[in-house]
Amino acid sequence: MCTYLTETIAVAGSGKGTAGWIPLTDATVYLDHPQHAPAEHTLNIDFLNPAQGPAARVAVELTADSARALARAIETTLASAPPGLA
Amino acid sequence: MNEGLVAETVSIVGHDGDEIEAYLARPLGVRSFGGVVVIHHMPGYDGGTKEITRTFAAHGYAALMPNLYHRDAPGASPDDAAAVARARGGVPDERLVGDVGGAADYLRALEGSNGKVGVIGYCSGGRQSFLAACSLPLDAAVDCYGAFVVGEPPEGMPLKVGPIVHLAPSLSCPLLGLFGADDKYPSPDQVAELDKALTEAGKAHEFHVYDGAGHAFFSVNRPAYRVEAATDGWQKIWDFYGRYLAV
Repeated sequence: MCTYLTETIAVAGSGKGTAGWIPLTDATVYLDHPQHAPAEHTLNIDFLNPAQGPAARVAVELTADSARALARAIETTLASAPPGLA
Repeated sequence: MNEGLVAETVSIVGHDGDEIEAYLARPLGVRSFGGVVVIHHMPGYDGGTKEITRTFAAHGYAALMPNLYHRDAPGASPDDAAAVARARGGVPDERLVGDVGGAADYLRALEGSNGKVGVIGYCSGGRQSFLAACSLPLDAAVDCYGAFVVGEPPEGMPLKVGPIVHLAPSLSCPLLGLFGADDKYPSPDQVAELDKALTEAGKAHEFHVYDGAGHAFFSVNRPAYRVEAATDGWQKIWDFYGRYLAV
């Protein structure tokens, strides 16, 4: 199905897209049909800078299992950082 | 029919008089032809749907696919445009009807048009095909597994569209529905409810629900592709359009 389900958050950082590095201002997270991944549904993340146009986008499409593993790895990495760094 | 065709990007007048991009494929060596407006799926104005558009031309129809995301991201690649459109909540129903109406007018004005125009849509476009056929004077409509014609979106989904089964009495033309028995949106129960509403409204329609197929079974480049359902589905489309558009 087309879920349309979309979480949008503000982010700060940089990403590397087709035109090189771009400052990131937004990210959308959604579970839906992928453009490329060989799965019926994937957890998709678009890192965006809408002010620079539609092509200012870094996109990933992950299986649900790998998306959960990524989320755990991010939390683990942040939690284990030395005090004051994250 | 020699299956020759020409395909190109054109500009059409859509909703509110806006000029939008569209992909046109028309047959060569055919004196008189019907038209088909192709409504792309949520992933956008992509290569797969352009191939579908060319397939209609190879079978003797002029086919036109408006880029429903053109305003959101003019000139962008289809996947980037789809991302922008999604972030904005999708295509408003009113705009969809205006763009399909503009595409239908364009097809009717082509030299060689027999004046008949149908519509077909896939996935989110299946719902939009039904919506267009309930809102515009058309000659035949095909709904390929469109969700939320019947049934409210699940709680928490920020979907800007709602069920439109109440529009069934306004359907302007016969409807062919092609669905997968394993699909959840639309579920077989929802397909049955739409079938019942159309019957009660006295509207000509024929539905086929394929065992062993789920959502998006026509998509040749996705794991959802089901060769038996897709092959039979295409045959159903040729039979249906042959009756209502080709004559």
